[in-house]
Amino acid sequence: MAMNCLIKNGLLVDPVADRYGEYDLMIKEGKIVGVGKDLAGEGLEVIDARNLVIMPGLIDLHVHLREPGQEEKETIATGTRAAAKGGFTSITAMPNTIPSADSASVITFVKAKSKEEGVVRVYPVGNITKGGVGRELAELADLTEAGAVAFSDDGLSILNAEVERYAFMYGKLFNKPFLLHCEDKNLTADGVMHEGTVSTRLGLKGIPAVAEEVIIARDLLLAEETGARIHLCHISTKRSLDLFRGAKARGVKVTAEVTPHHLTLTDQEVAGYNTATKVSPPLRPLQDVEALQEALIEGAIDLIATDHAPHTKEEKHQEYSLAPFGMTGLETALGVILTKFYHTGKISLERIVQLMSVNPAKVLNIPGGTLKEGSPADLILLDLNTEWEVKKDDFISKGKNSPFIGKKLKGKNLATMVAGEWVYKS
Amino acid sequence: MSFSRKHLLGLEDLEAKEIIEILNTAVPCKDIIKREIKKLPTLRGRSVVTLFFEPSTRTRISFELAAKRLGADTVSIAINTSSVQKGENFVDTVKTVEALGADFIVLRHSVAGSPQLLAETVKCRVINAGDGAHEHPTQALLDLFTLRERCGEIAGLKVVIVGDIMHSRVAKSNIYGLSKLGADVTVVGPPTLLPPGIEELGVRVMTDLDAALEEANVVNVLRIQKERQQKGLFPSLREYTRLYGLTKERLARAPRDLIIMHPGPANLGVEISEEAATDPRSVITTQVTNGVAVRMALLYLMSGGENGDELLN
Repeated sequence: MAMNCLIKNGLLVDPVADRYGEYDLMIKEGKIVGVGKDLAGEGLEVIDARNLVIMPGLIDLHVHLREPGQEEKETIATGTRAAAKGGFTSITAMPNTIPSADSASVITFVKAKSKEEGVVRVYPVGNITKGGVGRELAELADLTEAGAVAFSDDGLSILNAEVERYAFMYGKLFNKPFLLHCEDKNLTADGVMHEGTVSTRLGLKGIPAVAEEVIIARDLLLAEETGARIHLCHISTKRSLDLFRGAKARGVKVTAEVTPHHLTLTDQEVAGYNTATKVSPPLRPLQDVEALQEALIEGAIDLIATDHAPHTKEEKHQEYSLAPFGMTGLETALGVILTKFYHTGKISLERIVQLMSVNPAKVLNIPGGTLKEGSPADLILLDLNTEWEVKKDDFISKGKNSPFIGKKLKGKNLATMVAGEWVYKS
Repeated sequence: MSFSRKHLLGLEDLEAKEIIEILNTAVPCKDIIKREIKKLPTLRGRSVVTLFFEPSTRTRISFELAAKRLGADTVSIAINTSSVQKGENFVDTVKTVEALGADFIVLRHSVAGSPQLLAETVKCRVINAGDGAHEHPTQALLDLFTLRERCGEIAGLKVVIVGDIMHSRVAKSNIYGLSKLGADVTVVGPPTLLPPGIEELGVRVMTDLDAALEEANVVNVLRIQKERQQKGLFPSLREYTRLYGLTKERLARAPRDLIIMHPGPANLGVEISEEAATDPRSVITTQVTNGVAVRMALLYLMSGGENGDELLN
């Protein structure tokens, strides 16, 4: 039930409204109706947010909810609850489900199921090509009408440049971004981790950095030529960054995301063969991680997304090369970013709101990213100073495949409100 | 001193003195092999299971003989990799093997890191008999034993390892073992078969075999898998042989006292010619014999034996 309430004494961080400081928020019928100092809310429930930070709810542009088809890994019910716990009030549903979201019916299903069983806003992403296999265009108009907010064949790149070029041209009918996973499958081949000294030492087949970079270079050229709006998913190398920055400077309509894991973990994590470290694109060496960090701090990267990719225990509990790629991320993202970037003084809270709420909303053209008057009451209350250890048994997500298990983080979301309703309280 | 490791997963994290202890213990083991009655009761009542997810005859038989000569019961399980693809689950399989009463599991697997997963899953002792392109520690131990037997000392030896370094667990374990004992290692192969960052393991990297052999004391020739050519890593076996094969002609130019090694099984006429394999300088068959001795030593030490002298009593 959406409630009417007054949140008092919290530290509001809302860069879009140019507010940073102690403000009261008045919420009625799912919306923010007043922001100010010492608001009087007669008859309203008052919530004391003393010592807590109030932020617009986080928005994750890259989530695998796995439903329909792989409910053993995650469902809309569990995935959205994991999101709420992590501070996310809006998430996408990536289309590599079974069946794949290449038709309006799957988009309609995800929307309906989310309304029924989900606790945060779910924005489905439709495929670019039928089955997401890169051969024939999916019915993009149908997908758009059904409610897809973007197009993606995530997990795979469209290897045939002609197919992608036509997709970019045809896609101009819709003003939706293409979310592109960039990896040349011929170059990744049967690799399982970054190709370098560590893969050599561990004897695991490597994935060269250039597998990502050649596709990024090509996609940027195709976007430049066609005028399409593209978003580069989870870029992970220094050269990918250079290519991205160069294109952006030339006026290509491109944005890019990085993940908390690519920002903070190196390929050294793979030593020990923990399959929770197996992810696509793979964890990279320190020089790439540092380049991503610098780019994030300088403001060159548009946003942070988790690429939340849950798998079952059984799938991950096998030989490294046979385990599937992917990590969960919804419940650790904010803690990781606060610990590694805010508490070290590298980025501000406003910047975190930009990266994890404002910019994802902009790229997807969805509501959110601010708590100014009239906005949906999608917000989180966080305690910057709680220290906690990531524990396997604490995950709400069905996927326990997190490389952060056992790590200590500082800063935690305590409560999440979507449309005026508390959907998570710690 | 006793060898106190529960498992042998690789040579990377062994210390030189531990390697030397295994080699020292292998000396009396070799004497036992030469005896008329080649058996000892050290492992009586224990069971050693060889669990092979990848076909191999010589390593498996070598382990079985080593175990039998120490009195152990041996069971060999071969699981073909295609049944793994069909859903035979590794964790489930190894738990079953343990429940049947294995004291040692000797594992061969095509996926690097599987012995570690095994060691984390079962309570019995684990010996890595080769995992993917990671390590093959007992092969390197027998190579070290053979070199020490032949040259007296490993330190200072100039060893060339030639071939498919990229996919070779033998190369990796040899690099660790040789370097720890003070040898000077050079790896040689075409750029497509040299793994990135290999120089960080402390080896010299070369692409010209003749140049590398000029000053070498030892050449260890790796088996070339024919499917590497189909993957486009080099144009033809013919050209591979011309550039990296240990041919009669190349051997004629090499130092007179060069020791020739090959982990087997050899593709005669591809990475090594028959003449080179049977040359008086070749120790290839000695390596096979020594394999049994080294594996005996390892089983003996891992089951709690000390220094090995009592082996002869």
